Amino acid sequence: MIINHPLLGPCDAQEFIYKGDARLIDRPDGMIEGAEAAFFDYAYLRDNPAGQHRELWFHEQGDRSWLVVTRNTVTHEITHVELARDVARKSGQSA
Amino acid sequence: MPYSGFRVIKEALSGHKGWTPAWRDPEPKPHYDIIIIGGGGHGLATAYYLAKEFSQHKIAVIEKGWIGGGNVGRNTTIIRSNYLLDGNEPFYEFSLRLWEGLEQDFNYNAMVSQRGILNLIHSDAQRDAYIRRGNAMLLNGADAELLSVEQVRREYPFLNFEDARFPIKGGLAQRRGGTVRHDAVAWGYARGADSRGVDIIQNCEVTGFRIENGQCKGVETSRGFIGAAKVGVAVAGNSSRVMAQAGMRLPIESHVLQAFVSEGLKPVLPGVITFGAGHFYCSQSDKGGLVFGGDIDGYNSYAQRGNLPVVEDVIEGGMALFPGLGRVRLLRMWGGVMDMSMDGSPIIDRTHIDGLYFNGGWCYGGFKATPASGWCFAHLLATDTPHPTATAYRFDRFEKGRMIDEKGMGAQPNLH
Ligand SMILES: Cc1cc2nc3c(=O)[nH]c(=O)nc-3n(C[C@H](O)[C@H](O)[C@H](O)COP(=O)(O)OP(=O)(O)OC[C@H]3O[C@@H](n4cnc5c(N)ncnc54)[C@H](O)[C@@H]3O)c2cc1C
Repeated sequence: MIINHPLLGPCDAQEFIYKGDARLIDRPDGMIEGAEAAFFDYAYLRDNPAGQHRELWFHEQGDRSWLVVTRNTVTHEITHVELARDVARKSGQSA
Repeated sequence: MPYSGFRVIKEALSGHKGWTPAWRDPEPKPHYDIIIIGGGGHGLATAYYLAKEFSQHKIAVIEKGWIGGGNVGRNTTIIRSNYLLDGNEPFYEFSLRLWEGLEQDFNYNAMVSQRGILNLIHSDAQRDAYIRRGNAMLLNGADAELLSVEQVRREYPFLNFEDARFPIKGGLAQRRGGTVRHDAVAWGYARGADSRGVDIIQNCEVTGFRIENGQCKGVETSRGFIGAAKVGVAVAGNSSRVMAQAGMRLPIESHVLQAFVSEGLKPVLPGVITFGAGHFYCSQSDKGGLVFGGDIDGYNSYAQRGNLPVVEDVIEGGMALFPGLGRVRLLRMWGGVMDMSMDGSPIIDRTHIDGLYFNGGWCYGGFKATPASGWCFAHLLATDTPHPTATAYRFDRFEKGRMIDEKGMGAQPNLH
């Protein structure tokens, strides 16, 4: 698989470490009411869809950025790549 | 009619005209007592033991494709009970014991071959870990044997003992481990279940559940609604997709695992070997092909095929351990979709929906579990209580912090 890095252009997926569902960006607040249940959900439960999947890849052997890659889990086709930083900022998870 | 040597001779003398199909192809009935979704090894074994050991009636297995077309027909056929943790080892030892009597039990030649499995040791730390594992196995009534490098050399002289980075320093052997003809396991259970009245319904995809007031009433399928008092799900790599139809999210990710087989060779490899320093394991099939594999590709996938980097990784591991492999031609490679759980161990449990039961999260090691998984799932479906060897395989263990994490990797399924 080739991941089209937004800054570096096409890179071999072998340069990356796979983390999983991009919803891991939305880490719950540990202080809120019901935090225990929220963290159980966050840590262990996954949608695991067959089809479009937004997922985190870490460019370990490159610029060490985190990317959000939209990939089809049935065909392995990659349709969209964003910097995880931008995604996190948009959702208010990062300054 | 039972299969026997006598019958083979009799049929040979009468032109083999007396063989009949090994199972029927029935139309689905409107209602069953128990429906099992998934005609893989686990689903078929569950139906077989429900009928045979738990005296249940009116059972159907519903399979979207053909039985044995999923992982049960794609795996590398290794059976063993060399686990470390309490939640796992008694279950896998129970399974190995069932394998030992299986062919007589279901009257089918599954080519169960206890040729032994050898996990190679490459460092002192690894030896310590394997001694601990071997002791855990012995404590649970399994067999385990620590081999010195000289003993390994006598049995496997062709391995790369003096590798500069990963010299072989010994091994942990389980002599009762081995291989089984995987397709025959599906067929044997199917025939045994069918002959006890189980309907095996192929080409019938479950597309939804009918759930009323928290009670599962049956399944919607591509061939219409089929009612049932109890529904058991055993769909391996498709676990999340099927359970999503009941509104559940699982502690599971689906990942692809690849395997390879070479051209047929004369006997070279007496048992199963696993490389302790890389992702490679290998055995030789009775047809002579070297059957080998490595690690999962590592990203969510439902593709039933993998990518080249893992092919390269597996072959590199193979060459490092077993240099003679380089002269062998590859015949075929394929992939299957693994239900990778968050701690690397399976789930056999009720759900919060009455009448809906789940069996899954087998990761890349569910073939060896087939007999015990079927037995324990049948036990749960028939009695509503877990089998004594499967009490730890509960849904709520993640929430309660009672993970069965053999590798100690945490909630990162691609590392289990
Ligand atoms: C390459 C590879 C190597 C492996 N090597 C080993 C090994 O050496 N040792 C070992 O112990 N394990 C091994 N495994 C793992 C093992 O094969 C699996 O864990 C095990 O087979 C899973 O259980 P099963 O046989 O019931 O699955 P499957 O055979 O996959 O059965 C599940 C069935 O459910 C059906 N299904 C799915 N969705 C639906 C639906 N909606 N409606 C109806 N039916 C549906 C599927 O079509 C399928 O037939 C390996 C797996 C692979 C892919």
